Amino acid sequence: MSTQATTETKPTPPPIETVKIKVDGREFDVPKMTPDWQGKLQPTTMLQACQVAGIDVPHYCYHPKLPIAGNCRMCLVEFGTPAMGPDRKPVLNPDGTPKIIKSVLPYEPSSPRGAIACASPISPGMELYPSSEATKQMREGILESLLINHPLDCPICDQAGECKLQEYSVDYGKSASRFVEEKVHKPKQVDLGPRIMLDDERCILCTRCIRFTKDIVGDDKLGIVNRGSYNTIASYPGTKFENNYTLNTVDICPVGALTSKDFRFKMRVWFLKETKSLCTSCGTGCNTIIGSRENVMYRYEPRENDAVNSTWMCDYGRLNYKWINREDRLTQVQGSKLKVQTWANAIQYISEILLRAAAGSVAIVASARQTNEELYLLKKLAAKFNAITDSVPRVGEGDRLLLDPDRNPNSTGSRLIGIAPEKMGSSLPKIADGIRGGSIKTLIVFGEDVTKHGITAELLSQLEHLIVSDILPSATTAAAHYFLPGCAHVEKRGSFVNVKGRVQRFMQALQPKGDARPEWEFLHELVINVTGQNGFVSIEGLFNEMAKEVPAFHGVTWAGLGDAGVTVQI
Amino acid sequence: MPEQYRLILKNIDQPGYTPDLECYLRHGGYESLKKAIALQPKDLPDGKKQSAQEQIRDDVKASGLRGRGGAGFSAGMKWSFVDRKSGKPIYLICNADESEPGTFKDRQIIHKDPHQLIEGMIISCFANDVKLAYLYIRGEFPAGAKLLNQALAEARAKNFLGKNILGTGYDLEIYVHRGAGAYICGEETGLIESLEGKRAYPRIKPPYFPAILGLYMSPTIVNNVETLCHVKHIIDMGGAAYSKLGTPNNTGTRIVSLSGQVKKPGYYEIEVGKVTIGELIYHSNFGGGLLDGRKLKAVIPGGSSAKVFKAGEKFKLKKKNADGTMTEVETDMLDLPYDFDSLQAAGSMSGSSAIIVMDDSVDVVEVLANLGEFYAHESCGQCTPCREGSLWMSKALHRMTHGHGRKQDADYLVNIAQNIQGRTICAFGEACSWPVLSFVKKFKDEFEAKGAADEARNAGAGPK
Ligand SMILES: Cc1cc2nc3c(=O)[nH]c(=O)nc-3n(C[C@H](O)[C@H](O)[C@H](O)COP(=O)(O)O)c2cc1C
Ligand code: SF4
Ligand code: SF4
Ligand code: SF4
Ligand code: FES
Repeated sequence: MSTQATTETKPTPPPIETVKIKVDGREFDVPKMTPDWQGKLQPTTMLQACQVAGIDVPHYCYHPKLPIAGNCRMCLVEFGTPAMGPDRKPVLNPDGTPKIIKSVLPYEPSSPRGAIACASPISPGMELYPSSEATKQMREGILESLLINHPLDCPICDQAGECKLQEYSVDYGKSASRFVEEKVHKPKQVDLGPRIMLDDERCILCTRCIRFTKDIVGDDKLGIVNRGSYNTIASYPGTKFENNYTLNTVDICPVGALTSKDFRFKMRVWFLKETKSLCTSCGTGCNTIIGSRENVMYRYEPRENDAVNSTWMCDYGRLNYKWINREDRLTQVQGSKLKVQTWANAIQYISEILLRAAAGSVAIVASARQTNEELYLLKKLAAKFNAITDSVPRVGEGDRLLLDPDRNPNSTGSRLIGIAPEKMGSSLPKIADGIRGGSIKTLIVFGEDVTKHGITAELLSQLEHLIVSDILPSATTAAAHYFLPGCAHVEKRGSFVNVKGRVQRFMQALQPKGDARPEWEFLHELVINVTGQNGFVSIEGLFNEMAKEVPAFHGVTWAGLGDAGVTVQI
Repeated sequence: MPEQYRLILKNIDQPGYTPDLECYLRHGGYESLKKAIALQPKDLPDGKKQSAQEQIRDDVKASGLRGRGGAGFSAGMKWSFVDRKSGKPIYLICNADESEPGTFKDRQIIHKDPHQLIEGMIISCFANDVKLAYLYIRGEFPAGAKLLNQALAEARAKNFLGKNILGTGYDLEIYVHRGAGAYICGEETGLIESLEGKRAYPRIKPPYFPAILGLYMSPTIVNNVETLCHVKHIIDMGGAAYSKLGTPNNTGTRIVSLSGQVKKPGYYEIEVGKVTIGELIYHSNFGGGLLDGRKLKAVIPGGSSAKVFKAGEKFKLKKKNADGTMTEVETDMLDLPYDFDSLQAAGSMSGSSAIIVMDDSVDVVEVLANLGEFYAHESCGQCTPCREGSLWMSKALHRMTHGHGRKQDADYLVNIAQNIQGRTICAFGEACSWPVLSFVKKFKDEFEAKGAADEARNAGAGPK
């Protein structure tokens, strides 16, 4: 140990123990241990070692977040190990290099014996040949076996374009089949559960769906019936496959066997634009990818984030997007007191009202579905008049996997920024009393129907000014004197803080509808007009400024959030 | 003169010998158990003490006993792999799934001398500190299961089993578990899954070696019925004496199930390697020859999974001379000593020691189609090459036996089989591809002739 006094530095992590191996003839130092599906360190597998070497080993049943099954055999790889002498020392070639013994079938030494890369650990000096002729031949054999009984109905299959069978067939398939027997026929339209259809003929029996359901969700509903080539995926006899996570099986199914009833036949996947986003249906904030085309959203898919949702999301959140495309979306500036219904006019009117407002005469109900940036701007307005602010709590039932009882995506942000009190919603009665007593004359409401939370339509009618922004109609929007059409999260950028303090950002997938504008843009204008404060012209600038002012976000930057977000102290 | 050596079968089929405990005791039953549990710790030259358990395990190693279930793996070695430091219980499972076509030896023991098996099991459990053992019997043996349960109850009543066995403080319970009727339940890790109440999907190795992560993820020994019976005799005779039975590296005795077109099919116990295949087929002490007027065509030497031998086939076998040098001796198939090593050297295996004899009345394409159907039906379907390949071969063979063969089918079949062997989760991949590889290779002319005849006939029939 060094006794020399040094300035304090971060302790260096212990060096990672590595193993020297060769992959396709090139030498690599590969970590001896690598996290398994549960994140536990286990001896590095051949497949993981090949990944380190930048070589993709084709696979079907292997999934980094599921226990290993080793059943598809697509990942078979030819390999060799150093020869050991009787003295247990490596035997050397004449040129001094270690002698390698290639693995062969014990009963037929002329044939190479592959190992399944997904489950076989590496050992020092091992040589892997993922690109050799023998490896290729093994893959071709497996692929041929998978294809002989496959219906090959790609033209009508939803998986086409993201199908591993299609993909590897291009790499390892033969164009003409020599299979002249009759194919096995299986049920093609199995109603597996309320959200899932199964085509048993397309299934390659990789058991990913079974393992996900059993080992991740803890539901033993899926299994295999029959034997051999007649094997068929099924839910437990007489029951449906219907937990809150069933749609993840569609994502991980490497072929088009499992399809989402919601998505099937709607859109060819290669037409879909992908945007990184977040689910807004609960406080977990699962990372998502939005699939959209021509300004219409077609689906959510989970996006990997080990700090939040691994690679999963719940069905409830996944399917909760239809409101975005609803016909009755509010897309026009309007309001009973607004004669000329334009943004310029509305902003001018509202700015004038707020400039004249006395301290204590304004209250703000913001939504915990709003972004940090929007809440931060609302907080600036609130500070100007010492306004009472609050948000509306939403609770439901949670589960042990992802779904959180808090159904707002940004309750934490709302609290950290100071819009919602510690007990969200506890200031709403004070606001109602203020209106009733006449002290509160102006109410600003964002994205909530306050008539359902103690501020009745009758109370609203007593206000001098009711300023509302929302995206869907409600009793509150109907009563608005000034209405500003806002955006769904998919139509703007921003950030949320999940229940565990993960600050995460999301990107814009769709253009706002009609005259609607992202809330932060027009709030920004109002803040300039009313408080004279400026200094942020973009969502990046806005976030970074907020990070300086809101203690919990100190040191965090928009760029620094990256795709996976940053955890802050809450 | 080649003769039977009835060690396991000593009492079986003797007049008046019954499967109950009383009869077993009258014939010296459970004396070996008493001997085993009475063993005292022994002082070793290096001053250490060797426990009774270690002494038995050493004796089993010294006996050279090899597994009688199929793979012929050294029993002593298998026991030495058991993880004894895991802190988890060690389990022992008797594999009584006997389902390899052609094999009918374990059922003789189960039905006619169940206590011999139970005694062997108790000794093996004692030697390995096993407190809970299972007897996994195939679903098709309901009477056997009943007999075994009766025998276990009798043994329990006499305190050969249960708590504090014969006052030694050793506790052991054995349960019978019935399979539901699948060949793959005989594969040891499929068996373990089945015993755990799951579908008998064999496990991947690594990491699930039974000796380390077996039943309930605990160290587990799986041995065949006959193997466990031999342990009783090893204790009885001593490992060194036992190892003098049979031939070097192929010690002891073995029950051979002889079936097919011989005069006297049946089960015969021999000293391993002391009798040849030809003697087993032709000698009056054994099969007594082929049916009159018939010529030998083929022999499957070790259960239906073993590669077939063709009559007249010759092998070059290495033989050790008195001075230690080796010479190659050309050996006819019939002159192969019936043991583990010779059959392996000849490219096949003694497997479950079931010999299936075929004479010249047999159509090998039909035989292979029959086997193919069996394997396609029994593939568990877990892994791709076996699941798809086994049915593919079976369908091709079915086509061939139904008038639609093609000349290229011989190569077609070989190629399918080659894409299975060595690429599967369990040895069923070999079990289903070896018959195809060997039959087609050795009788290629017959396969091609059949294909060519079909092609000619179907072409002559004109377009449909
Ligand atoms: C497909 C297959 C089926 C098997 N069936 C049996 C069986 O019915 N009985 C048996 O004892 N071993 C069977 N085995 C062998 C077992 O896996 C295992 O090796 C054996 O029970 C070990 O016992 P032993 O070492 O005493 O021979 C089978 C193996 C395979 C691959
Ligand atoms: S349905 Fe899909 S995920 Fe499930 S076993 Fe079949 S191919 Fe695999
Ligand atoms: S768990 Fe929550 S965030 Fe995740 S998908 Fe479900 S509702 Fe959305
Ligand atoms: S080789 Fe055949 S029997 Fe064995 S696990 Fe694979 S599919 Fe099942
Ligand atoms: S990926 Fe399926 S066996 Fe390895």
